[in-house]
Formats: sequence, C-alpha cells, structure tokens
Amino acid sequence: MQTEGKVFKYRDNVDTDVIIPARYLNTSDPKELAAHCMEDIDREFVKKVSKGDIIVAGYNFGCGSSREHAPLAISTCGVGCVIAKSFARIFFRNAINIGLPILECPEAAEEISAGDTVNINFDTGSITNLTTGKKYKAQPFPPFIQNIIKSGGLLASIKERDESDE
Amino acid sequence: MTMTQKILAAHAGLEKVVPGQLIEAKLDIVLGNDITAPVAIKEFEKACFKSVFDKDRIAIVLDHFVPNKDIKAAEQSKTCRNFACEHCISKFFDVGKMGIEHALLPEQGIVTAGDCIIGADSHTCTYGALGAFSTGVGSTDMAAAMATGKAWFKVPSAIKIELCGSLPKNTSGKDVILTIIGMIGVDGALYKSMEFCGEGISSLSMDDRLCICNMAIEAGAKNGIFPVDGNTLSYLENRAERKPVIYEADSDAEYEKTVKINLSDIVPTVSCPHLPENTKPASELSDIKIDQVFIGSCTNGRMEDMTAAYEILKGKKVKEGVRCIIIPATMQIMRECIEKGYVTAFIDAGAVVSTPTCGPCLGGYMGILAEGERCVATTNRNFVGRMGHPLSEVYLASPQTAAASALTGYITEYKD
Repeated sequence: MQTEGKVFKYRDNVDTDVIIPARYLNTSDPKELAAHCMEDIDREFVKKVSKGDIIVAGYNFGCGSSREHAPLAISTCGVGCVIAKSFARIFFRNAINIGLPILECPEAAEEISAGDTVNINFDTGSITNLTTGKKYKAQPFPPFIQNIIKSGGLLASIKERDESDE
Repeated sequence: MTMTQKILAAHAGLEKVVPGQLIEAKLDIVLGNDITAPVAIKEFEKACFKSVFDKDRIAIVLDHFVPNKDIKAAEQSKTCRNFACEHCISKFFDVGKMGIEHALLPEQGIVTAGDCIIGADSHTCTYGALGAFSTGVGSTDMAAAMATGKAWFKVPSAIKIELCGSLPKNTSGKDVILTIIGMIGVDGALYKSMEFCGEGISSLSMDDRLCICNMAIEAGAKNGIFPVDGNTLSYLENRAERKPVIYEADSDAEYEKTVKINLSDIVPTVSCPHLPENTKPASELSDIKIDQVFIGSCTNGRMEDMTAAYEILKGKKVKEGVRCIIIPATMQIMRECIEKGYVTAFIDAGAVVSTPTCGPCLGGYMGILAEGERCVATTNRNFVGRMGHPLSEVYLASPQTAAASALTGYITEYKD
C-alpha cells in the first residue's frame, strides 16, 4: 500500500480542538466535519487539500480531546497519511481504529517542508521526499496493531476473532 | 509493579505485566457522552453487534451540549436516548439527572478503587483519584468495549510524582496540577502513568485529587493515579456500588523519573494561552485585563470549587464589564449550592448560574468568546479557539483566582 501527495506542514502540539473545533461536534457526519478540518490554524487547508496529500507535524500531534471526529475529519479530507515526531496517545489509538495511516518519524517530520511531494510505502515504512530525493524509514507498527489495520479497523478485527473462536 | 501495572495485570488475569506489553483487560465501567457515544453507537450498529456486554456497566451521560443547544445536538442526544432504552442501559443520565460525567460518576458511586475504566472522553483519567485505572479512548474503542467488556492496552511506564508538605491557604489542587504541567510540559508524561505518592497526599481533599487526575491528560499521560487512603475510603463509603479493591505499588516498582513537589511551595498558578504548559504565578499577570470568568467544568465544578467561589464573591460585585458564569457540575452540587445560599450570593454579585453542562469549556455554548476577548476559566484547555473565536484567549486558573479576577477585571491572586 502506498500514498503520494503534497505536504501540509504544522507545528508541535496540534490539538484536536484545531483539527476539528468543538463548535462543529453537534454532528458526526464525516463530510460536514471534513469541511472545517484545521480551519482555526489554516483556513486554506480544506480548499487546497487533495486525495493522497500528507500532513507533516511536530511533537504530540492530536493532543487534547478524545474526539474520534479529528482523525475522521482528516481522513475524509483525503489525507493519505500523517507523519509526526510523536502522536498523543488517544489520537494514535483513534487513527488506527478508524484506519487513518499515521507514521512516527522525527527525522522526516523535521526535514520535510510544506509543499514537498512525498511518497510513502506502508509495507516497508519508507518515506521518500520526491522534491529533495531524501529517504527516511519510519518505525513499523507492532504485529498486534498491524493485525487491526489488516482487518480494516478494531471492530472488524474483533468480529474476525469472534468468528474464528466459534 | 506500579499501582497502574498491578490493576492492569489483575484485569488481564496475569500475575505480572511489564511496560510496553500489550494486554487485553476486563473493564468495570465503559463511559460515553452525547458527542462521543453517537459515533460509538453508529459503529456498534454498523458492526452488527446485537447486545451489550453488561447493561449495568455502561454509563452514557448527556453533558456536553445539553440541555440541547440546537437541532443537531438534539438529534445526537436522541440517538443516545434510543440506544440506552433499547439496551436497557441502567446508567443513562439525561437532563434532570445528568451532570458533567467526571464529576457525576464518582459522586454517584459508579466508579471505585481498583476499577479498570475506559471512557470516550479524554478526561476519563479523573477517576484515578479514587485509586482506579481510568483512561480516555475514542468512540470506536467505546463501541468495541460496549460489545465485549474488554479493551486492549499497552502497559504504560510511569512517572512518580512525590508530594510532601501541605497546600498553603488560597491554593488548591488546580494550582498543583498546573504547576506540574508547567514543569514537565504538555507531552511530559506522554503514554505514561502519573503515579502520585508521598506524605503530602493526606492533606489533599478528594476534590483536589479529582482535579489533579483530571488534568493528567494535559501532560499527555495515559492516566493519573493516587494511592487509596482514609480520605478515599470515607469518600467511597455509602457511595460506591462495588466494594473498593486496594492496590499498592511494590516497593521496588520502577519509574522512569521522579518529580518532587513540595505542596507548601505551591502558589496560585495560571496557564497562559495557548498551551496548558505556559504557566506563570497569578501574581505576575495582574496587568491582564479580562472580559469573562468561567467557574465550572469537569476540572473545577465540584462542591469545594463552588465554596471557594462563594467565599470570595459573597457580598461583593463582579467588576462592571466582566461576565461571570458559574456552572455547578452536577444536579446534586447545584442543589447544595441552592440550599447553602450560594446561588443567591452569586446572582447578587452579578454572576450568572447555569444548569450543569460542559458548554463553554469546549466552546460549545453558554459563554462563547468573541474575537480578542479574554477569559479566566477554571477549565482544562486553553488551545487556539477552545472557547470560541480563534483570536480569543483562555487563561486557566483555580476557582479562587477566577473568582478574585471577576471582582477586579484583571487576573488577580486572591489574598484574604
């Protein structure tokens, strides 16, 4: 599995309140949420983002509230992957549970610039900055988490397990 | 093992666990609210689960946007109400019974010492104050847990927070946790448990401990936890519906680091925009002019917080040009505030008092900020746009500092 797209770059501690402000949480409709993604720190994001694009950010991406609406909004915008120096733990869990690919790679997150075109191979964890030619290697997920992703999310993996138990 | 590790091991049916180990643990309580439960319900139904694991172990609390703020919020509440009815969820809290979930569950005795709890709300870490393992998750985790009664966890490593001394007058648990977050940063405890210990604990009230654990997430922590002592047991007595189980950290438990706090050195502390780690003593911020004060939320909407506000506001007047909004966190607290005359005193002071809701804390409703406005809030987050316009500002503080600031119109350290 691969994704390729242009990079939107953000700071450390991007919180879920700016990913999707709570004033829009009176709905869980992914399309409505996606229309307001990142708007409090980047009004241009939803206008410019296209399928496969990549968010690159600093430390503690997704900190704050547990709202699953945050990874859902990012994913529904078409973002193919979020690369960060580190992720807040609830966001990390939620992204995996809903199937938004995320990679922790401090070096790539430091060096990749806004507007660069980046290719990601999820099978190998390799990140290639096509603009600069530089390659990076992200930490692969532990097998337990890979299984959740392979099944298509947490609920699908539970269903699969329950059925094989019967 | 640490206290957290022991609770996780027991709930996973294991003798021993080590940091980094992936385990599946049985859950005592699974929680959701009117924002996160509708997503969980949708996923639960999409996955074709037919029944919940235990109708008495799921708590659904309508608190963020209720009484319903608009039609969309009303639809979300209705989704929760219908699901609770269909599955006979006994711990469903609607308007009239509801309160802010993290004040309500301890108050109602739904959570107790030794529990393993998840909640689709990041401040679920609050119940660590009772000696429970409790952590925030997302809606899909909640859906899976409602079906199976279990959740997967990576066993966390720990930071030891050693407390000595006792809090000076006019400071509270809020000043303690803001000080800690200022020291270690908003990702200072990322993925880890914050294990509080030391002789200073005995001087902290349960409301202080609930406030401290509530904001463990603001340091990135998986959970915060206090040992069980006499205070905990008397709080749980005649309240907790299940018998408390006491876990203690082993004497050779391993901690990644130790942070030492002398409670006697704590001063009234404020987190400046736009991160909870931007802390300063309230005394250094006396030139910051404010437009609004909010006293409430899952962090500081409890009875001691209301009492602190009352002691400062009674017989005084909120400064002209400042809006002061006070929201007791549960109906029981609301009732006590009425019985004790607090509500009358607040109204006479020029404040407004509302039925319980998370409302303004997350910029939902009941106190949204306009461009350029500043609010001193007893809440937990001061991110960009948290309480309204992206160019508004939130200063996090204790109820004492918030109430004192309401009287002057500037950030003010309370001195009696």
